[in-house]
Amino acid sequence: MSGDDVHHPHPPTDLEARTLALESLLIEKGLLTSEAVDRVIATFEQDIGPLRGARAVAHAWVDPEFKQWLLAAPKEALTGIGIGDHQVEELVVVENTPAVHNVIVCTLCSCYPWAVLGLPPTWYKSAPYRSRVVVEPRVVLHEMGLDVPDDVEVRVWDSSADIRYMVLPERPAGTEDWSEERLAEIVTRDCMIGVAQPRVPASIS
Amino acid sequence: MSEVSDVDRQVADLDGLPRKNGELVFEAPWQSRAFGMVVALNQLGALAWPEFRQRLVDEIAGAGEHEYYASWLSAIERLVLEHRLLTPNELSRRTAEFAAMDRDEVF
Repeated sequence: MSGDDVHHPHPPTDLEARTLALESLLIEKGLLTSEAVDRVIATFEQDIGPLRGARAVAHAWVDPEFKQWLLAAPKEALTGIGIGDHQVEELVVVENTPAVHNVIVCTLCSCYPWAVLGLPPTWYKSAPYRSRVVVEPRVVLHEMGLDVPDDVEVRVWDSSADIRYMVLPERPAGTEDWSEERLAEIVTRDCMIGVAQPRVPASIS
Repeated sequence: MSEVSDVDRQVADLDGLPRKNGELVFEAPWQSRAFGMVVALNQLGALAWPEFRQRLVDEIAGAGEHEYYASWLSAIERLVLEHRLLTPNELSRRTAEFAAMDRDEVF
C-alpha cells in the first residue's frame, strides 16, 4: 500500500491484509517486485486508456484503406499505426453500419480489449450488465441512454480469454472537415464498447 | 466526459449497487495491487493468464453479484497455492501478521 494508508491507526481489513501478505511473500520469493506492480498500475491507469482505441477509430474514419485493414487484420493494422503490445490472442473489430449496431460484453467475467480501451469500467464487470445485455440488449442500451431504431439489428459479442472485441462506431454527420485529432476526441470508451455513439457537441455544430 | 459518468451511474443504479464513479478504476489501493500483481506475474512468466481467468470465472460464479476484486484476490490466492509458489501455512501466517499490525511494509 502507499501513502498515508500505512500510518493509519486502524488494522487493515481482511482483504487488505491478504493482499499485503500475498505481495510481500511473492516479492520475498523473487517472483515479483513492487516496481513491476507499480508499473502495471501506472500503465493501465494512465498510459493505456481508450485513447489508443480512439486514435485507431479516427484513423479508420479518414483512411478507408486503413479501415479495411483494421477490420480484416486488427492487430496488424494497430501495429501499423504504432499501437503494439495487444496482450490478446485475437482482437476482432466489429463495424457499426446503418443496419447493424454492435455491443460487447463478457458474460463469464470481465474479458475486455485492455490494450486498446484501458481498464474496463465498473459497470462492464457488473453482473446485471453481463447477464442482461445478452438477453435484452435494446432495453439495456436504452437504460444507458442509447436508443437503437427497430430496423437496426443489434449484435452482441461475448468476449473470451482468446477473442476480444472492439466496436468501430459510425462517423457522425457534420464531421466531414474535422481533423483526425479532433475526431479522436469524440470517440469515447463507451462508443467502442457499443453502449454509446460518438456525438458532435451541440455548441460546435 | 460527463456522458460517460452518467452511463456509469445509470448502470450502477440498475442493480442497487452503491453509487460508483465508473471512471475510477479502483475503489481502494488493495484492489489496484491485487490487479497489478496478476498482470505482473503474467508478464514475468510466473503465471499464465488463462489459468488465472478460469479461477476468476469460478470465484465470480461462487461469489454472486458483488465484490469483484474479492473474487480476483481469491483467484490469485488459489492459483499461487495450486502452483506451490506459496504454501497455505505461510500465506495464512503472513496474513495474520498484517491483520494484527505486526507488519507494516510499504509497497
